Amino acid sequence: MGGSSDTSRAGGPASGLEARSLDDLVVDVALRRDRQAFARLFDHFAPRLKAYLARSGADQATAEEVVQDVMLTLWRRADQFDRAQASAGTWIYTIARNRRIDLLRRERRPEIDPSDPLLTPTPDPAADDALMAGEREQRLRAALGQLPREQADLLRMAFFDDKPHSAIAAETRLPLGTVKSRLRLAMVRLRKVLRDNP
Amino acid sequence: MSVSTAIPPGSMPSHHPDEALLLDYAAGALGEAESLAVATHLALCPDCRHEVADLESVGGAMLEEIEPAPLSGDSRAAVMARLDEAPPATPRRRPVPVAPGVAGLPLPEPLRSYLGETGPSWRRIMAGVAEHQILAGPDGYRAVLLRIEPEIAMPVHTHRDREHTLVLAGGFTDAFGHFLRGDFSSTDPSVTHQPVADPGEPCICLAITTAPLRLTGRWARFLNPFLR
Repeated sequence: MGGSSDTSRAGGPASGLEARSLDDLVVDVALRRDRQAFARLFDHFAPRLKAYLARSGADQATAEEVVQDVMLTLWRRADQFDRAQASAGTWIYTIARNRRIDLLRRERRPEIDPSDPLLTPTPDPAADDALMAGEREQRLRAALGQLPREQADLLRMAFFDDKPHSAIAAETRLPLGTVKSRLRLAMVRLRKVLRDNP
Repeated sequence: MSVSTAIPPGSMPSHHPDEALLLDYAAGALGEAESLAVATHLALCPDCRHEVADLESVGGAMLEEIEPAPLSGDSRAAVMARLDEAPPATPRRRPVPVAPGVAGLPLPEPLRSYLGETGPSWRRIMAGVAEHQILAGPDGYRAVLLRIEPEIAMPVHTHRDREHTLVLAGGFTDAFGHFLRGDFSSTDPSVTHQPVADPGEPCICLAITTAPLRLTGRWARFLNPFLR
């Protein structure tokens, strides 16, 4: 921590932004309705969201429409962003995933209600938040780059192609057990990065 | 009838959805019925909530490394011009109160809202077993609530596809163990089992099953009556 991160580096599109800086930009949108911060978030996330939606089966026009919808949702719900819980990238990923299910698949996405009194509480909530989410994401990105290609490819199919394990197995012609075990191995490595203290 | 369920504080499920199912849920690749079962288990299981949060962080990190696809030229301006628009009025459904519960059962979200305030209307499907259909998804999966009277054994059966059961009250035992509130059981076509409900109170569970087989084509007319 310490020191204010420099989010105003010269150099055009925000493609090289660190996860922490992206989190700062969402907070700027929430606290100050900062349009410049929003424009930078748009430049960073919109093309990635479009690629994600196109991979999961949307045509160009629909993908752009959903991207606009997701970005407007970010603007409207920025005050609900909690940087201890999730990084900006993760938060936006979940918004886009839910809009995809809603708009492309026309289904509801059943989710827990975090304020539900019937939710079985987490026994030791402090243990969850040892690191800020933005920092965890930085470490995750590095770990993703180290994964063996066969694991990384399947992970991309699982997250981007709107395909459950069974469909991935059918498409890659790999036995379902192989798909499961490769993805499990990938998660073992990533979970270690997420849960171990530095 | 009303079922009283004393939930020991801090009790955690001991049977969980497998990692693949949690990943498919986090990635948004499951249909609504299967998602409903996973999400309701998450409400009762902090460990699996933690796991799904981790998986979502992986989704977020992967979004960073995807090859970006440029938007059409005026897309950003179009969105910036709409920032001051009033957000669309989303019809918020009236929340379903926690108490008195559904049929006397304390049900967490999202299942509580799916059942609504009127609760289940039970339909007897065999001696000692009643069901209430919650939804039938376009992917062929149905979500039903099952009520199995104490000590009733389900007929020995197999499954045509992967199917799931989440216990909400009471319990049952099969060859894989003893299942209580919050416990999640998945079976596939390789599994033949005979669950038996615990004595004492009815076992109520959320079951995700595939729709009854329907034949199409020229033999359907002759064969279908036997399959009903």
